[in-house]
Amino acid sequence: MPFIPHTEADIAAMLETIGVADLDELFDEIPPALRCGELERIPEALSEAGISRLMQTRARVDGEPLCFLGAGAYDHYVPAAVWDIATRGEFYSAYTPYQAEASQGTLQVIYEFQTMLASLTGLDVANASLYDGATAFAEACLMAVRANRKTRSRRVLVPRTLSPLYKTVVRSIVEGQGIELVELPMLDGVSDVGALQQLGGEGEAFAAVAIQHPSFLGTLEDVDALVDWAHAQDALVIGLVNPMALAVLRPPGEWGATGADIACGEGQPMGVPVSSGGPYFGFLTCRQDIVRQMPGRIVGRTVDLDGTPGFTLTLQAREQHIRRSRATSNICTNQGLVATAATIYMALMGAAGLREVAGSCNANLYALVDALCALPGIRRAFSAPCFHESVLLLDRPVAPVLDALSRHGVLGGYDLSRDYPELGNALLVCATETRTAEDIAFYAGLAGELFEAAA
Amino acid sequence: MSEVHAELRYTREHEWLRQESDGSVTIGITDHAQAALGELVYVELPEPGTQYANNEACAVVESVKAASDVYAPLAGEITAVNPALADTPELVNSSPYAEGWVLTLRPDDPGVLATMMDAAAYQQFVAELED
Repeated sequence: MPFIPHTEADIAAMLETIGVADLDELFDEIPPALRCGELERIPEALSEAGISRLMQTRARVDGEPLCFLGAGAYDHYVPAAVWDIATRGEFYSAYTPYQAEASQGTLQVIYEFQTMLASLTGLDVANASLYDGATAFAEACLMAVRANRKTRSRRVLVPRTLSPLYKTVVRSIVEGQGIELVELPMLDGVSDVGALQQLGGEGEAFAAVAIQHPSFLGTLEDVDALVDWAHAQDALVIGLVNPMALAVLRPPGEWGATGADIACGEGQPMGVPVSSGGPYFGFLTCRQDIVRQMPGRIVGRTVDLDGTPGFTLTLQAREQHIRRSRATSNICTNQGLVATAATIYMALMGAAGLREVAGSCNANLYALVDALCALPGIRRAFSAPCFHESVLLLDRPVAPVLDALSRHGVLGGYDLSRDYPELGNALLVCATETRTAEDIAFYAGLAGELFEAAA
Repeated sequence: MSEVHAELRYTREHEWLRQESDGSVTIGITDHAQAALGELVYVELPEPGTQYANNEACAVVESVKAASDVYAPLAGEITAVNPALADTPELVNSSPYAEGWVLTLRPDDPGVLATMMDAAAYQQFVAELED
């Protein structure tokens, strides 16, 4: 798409037409005290050649480290075909087009995307994607509060094992709407099911209970017990899931006796490279009976007047352009391009391919844990089974170890000591299908040398 | 000209109210409202037993072109909702004053009903809107 800036002459002509002397006059109703003034810390603009050189220099500083870091973004292999297809002119747009039904191909891709996510999560309906995993989880909390008219509560039970980054985002989004987040404590790296006894008493009802599975700490939660407890309290259940793990784990729709009501998560593992935090995409799926509380666009399949099959935007009465302030959400953005890449990735891999990737991740994690725990001074923190991440306890502070590893080109994991001080010197490590036996041996060898040198 | 029923009371939100012999009040949307909304595809109903304040949104009527809140015209507790609307929301279009009723409510203050618009007043209100 060509970029057509306003020229000085264009701006002057527009100002003259409306009878305004200069651009600043357009803003003069904003009191001076509220204006930010000069942005002194923003450097001068660079030329295209200048910015290209700067970015290359920065990329070289990153290097190509061997990645054992996860904590929400995962280094999976992305087949070359994914972005080759996604960046074709027919797909290369960030948005659903205006006059959407004129772009049947785009709507069909979204429909396929929705079908794949509904199938992976075991639920009835998916939307056309959201901004990222954290905001998808926040929307799931808001949706549950609207949908649960049995308890009419504005409290959501969230686990201690929830990603601390997600917790921050969700708090920012929901607390301004008077929603209270109550924390479910953890025991041995998983949500403490026993602690539920003290919760949910008279006047303490919950709109929803959230479960992150696998948890931020890599562990598998007792999802059946949590879902059954929540439903016995008339609370809805939100499953925050990693779509890659769903290739081998029971989907949220089949948790407990009745299944989770809403599932959401970060879609990055499906064909999206880890790149400085984004762009990624969020997904949101739910049971049919609460679909009218689901935010975002939904594409449906239908037939036209002549009986020809086609795709259309559906249930738009929930959306902001019709319901105004009572819309399900005032965030209208989906991540069309990134979701398209994910659809291509899932189609290329197929169910069997995804199962194979997920299985390799799991096998590689256990190989990594075994190799590292063979070293004196490293042991597993928890006994619960894991998917592709696990917490290790070191006999020394984590940060200097990670620094030393990174000087040798290894991203050794995520230091948990700030978010979970109660765990001590805890390190979250991850292995995806891209880590080979040699990679794991290299990490363990390097860690062994570092520990010995320091001892 | 839309139809009004003489025995009912009305609100400026185009809802009608009927006093029942057991003290409850039946509530629906008027013929004018259903015609303005167009064909209904969904009615979202509250849980019986729930307490609503006066003017609090307690239901949603969704048509092919819009979704509108139904406001509790009186403070009170929902005693029943129309079960037929789950599968046949179009009853609100075909029979707004009978089979298409939305819910019943037990008002906190039964006296308020008599102060609301009667059929003639509502008819005039609608006529002014249509001018």
